[in-house]
Amino acid sequence: MMKNLRFAKVFLLFSLILLLAACSQSSSAPATSPAAAPAPETQEVKEITLATTTSTQDSGLLDYLLPIFEQQSGIKVKVVAVGTGQAIKLGEDGNADVLLVHARKSEDEFVAKGFGVNAFDVMYNQFYIVGPADDPAGVKQAKTAKEAFGKIAEKKATFISRGDDSGTDKKEKGIWTEAKIKPEDSWYLSSGQGMGETLQMTDEKKAYTLTDEATFLSRKLNLDVVMQGDKSLLNPYGIIQVKSSAKQEEGMKLIEFFTGAEGQKLIGEFGQKDYGKGLFVPDAKKR
Amino acid sequence: MMLTQDVWEVISLSLKVTTSSVLLGMLMGIPFGAFLGLYSFPGKRLIIALIYTCMGLPPVLVGVIVYLLLSRYGPLGSLDLLFSAEAMIIAQVVLVTPILAGLTMAAVHGKERTYWETAKSLGATPLQMMLTIIREARGGIWSGVAAAFGRAISEVGAVMLVGGNIEHHTRVMTTAIILETRTGNFTAGLQLGLVLLAISFLFNSFLMVGMMNQMKSRRR
Amino acid sequence: MNRLKLKDLEVSYEGRTVLQVEQAIFERGRIYGIVGPSGAGKSTLLRVMNLLEKPTRGSMQLFGTDVELPSLTYRKGVPIQRKMAFVAQRPSMFQATVFDNVALGLRYRNLDKSTVQKRVEHALGLVELSPLARQRAQTLSGGEAQRIALARALACEPELLLLDEPTASLDPYNISIFERVIQQVNHQQHMTILMITHNLPQAKRLADACLFLHKGRLVELADTHTFFHHPASAELQDFVSGRMIC
Repeated sequence: MMKNLRFAKVFLLFSLILLLAACSQSSSAPATSPAAAPAPETQEVKEITLATTTSTQDSGLLDYLLPIFEQQSGIKVKVVAVGTGQAIKLGEDGNADVLLVHARKSEDEFVAKGFGVNAFDVMYNQFYIVGPADDPAGVKQAKTAKEAFGKIAEKKATFISRGDDSGTDKKEKGIWTEAKIKPEDSWYLSSGQGMGETLQMTDEKKAYTLTDEATFLSRKLNLDVVMQGDKSLLNPYGIIQVKSSAKQEEGMKLIEFFTGAEGQKLIGEFGQKDYGKGLFVPDAKKR
Repeated sequence: MMLTQDVWEVISLSLKVTTSSVLLGMLMGIPFGAFLGLYSFPGKRLIIALIYTCMGLPPVLVGVIVYLLLSRYGPLGSLDLLFSAEAMIIAQVVLVTPILAGLTMAAVHGKERTYWETAKSLGATPLQMMLTIIREARGGIWSGVAAAFGRAISEVGAVMLVGGNIEHHTRVMTTAIILETRTGNFTAGLQLGLVLLAISFLFNSFLMVGMMNQMKSRRR
Repeated sequence: MNRLKLKDLEVSYEGRTVLQVEQAIFERGRIYGIVGPSGAGKSTLLRVMNLLEKPTRGSMQLFGTDVELPSLTYRKGVPIQRKMAFVAQRPSMFQATVFDNVALGLRYRNLDKSTVQKRVEHALGLVELSPLARQRAQTLSGGEAQRIALARALACEPELLLLDEPTASLDPYNISIFERVIQQVNHQQHMTILMITHNLPQAKRLADACLFLHKGRLVELADTHTFFHHPASAELQDFVSGRMIC
């Protein structure tokens, strides 16, 4: 007990330091935005930061779209590919100019709290439930995602969750809630890593997981799609401008590109050559 | 994040993995380093060059190699070790052994020739002589242990790859920090980072006290 | 059985011969002084005999054991090494207590604890440093450390004791203790002793016979009296009369 107390004291001290760090962080956020606005040097290459989820980066979509945008607009896009949670946090702190994410509830909150403006639907893709080819939990017989998860839990088949608060992770947690199951036994593993790593792990452990289509198709693994097409497995992406961004004009140009005719066409085409089907379905509209 | 059950679990796993790796690394690296420090043989220069290169091995590279070895589709896949604490220990042993061997070699080599001649002329077998010199060079060897411990406990690339950062199984401090950061939870990440720092500090000051005592006794 | 014989010994570094001894015979139980100018090869001779250095060629007959020196491996040399002990000009004390330093050779021989205890205590008694047993060896003065080095060698109860200028940096008090101990173990244990010294009176005091080395060659080996009063060679005559420029 005594030890714990002493530790608590030390921790209080730590927390104090942290509080200071946190304060300086939040106070510096608005301060940095004007400072970050470069003195208008027209010849200088303009650069904006796009915070996005690992899935768009891993699928190769951005590598496909952004060079075209950069060439047309002369604006360089710096991509920070992180989990949706961190992407949104980057936006809140003013460390990004535009967000491209897929967690509708968090996105709406972000806009509602006044951090974001000009929110658009861009596209959607599908989630799959994937697992070993022999499907030991019999998920293939299930009709909905909810039912599929029920079977996995019932058989205590190993399920790998990303557990990183990402869009996919939130989607997965949502389905568990819908199925009224609290997954926490030893069959439920939380990797805390990106989709690619989690799929790799699922393959190694002959387990099940929930994955987005793009990442899944871009990996060649011995995993089968055991459930797809359910309404709850659709995954809409949104693009949002960060309100505190000093580069409103450039940010808007990027959004216009993604939601405009040409960008939408490119999005629809992406992946057709390699996978025989488009990885994303374009569906741009203003929210 | 306060010191909840989960956090303790992460800290204790970190310590377990690191300590096991360093101990195993000592078991191999110290005798090997002492051997290199004492004897010369053809090819020794090459081995030394390799050791010094390996002291700076990128952890991620080690991680990838160990991953491929332990993968279900790899040569050691049947052991089913990937994504386990054992896999993390294997990767870290690969990382710390060259450090321990290199610094032991330097420490042993730095001991004057008269020490090992004295041991030899007192009738030591080759093994006994090596043990005597290791004891004699322990100050320098301990600093190698400190360096190895520091590298192991703060390493993230390899343990992330081969451990997988699985909650309650292979999540250690460094991988937990990455996760906290990725989910936008910077405060928790920073707190864990401070714990990491505190552990390193405690460990190193503990070693320093030992080394200082040694230096003092030698000066008199 | 009772002879130590060196035969056809040659040591050269990079083609330069630093020591050449065609033959030298030592009788068991005697004290030999080794003298000669610096660089004459005295230390090399003792190091070769103590297996710390390998000659280009040559053999040693150590009280009945034949040793072919150039081809001797470390491992094979251990039993031979354990018949002798060596004290250098400057003692190397290990970071441990005085007791543990003196016990080192005995522990290498895997002797049981009570034997180690008995022999270490006896050796410390010989050099009159029993009270220092628990002290750390690094805290010893130069004279004390050299006496402990002698005790460490004697604890091994060697048949042959090799001394390389052991008293060169000692004060008269420590020298007298050192000399007394050497004479004592020589008388009581019939120990054969080879001692390099620059101190000619010391050689006269202690040695039964003396060797003179000059430019890497064994020039003379004779009884101490003959050695000093009727030297056969011109070089030794110059050396003992102090005319040789070293």
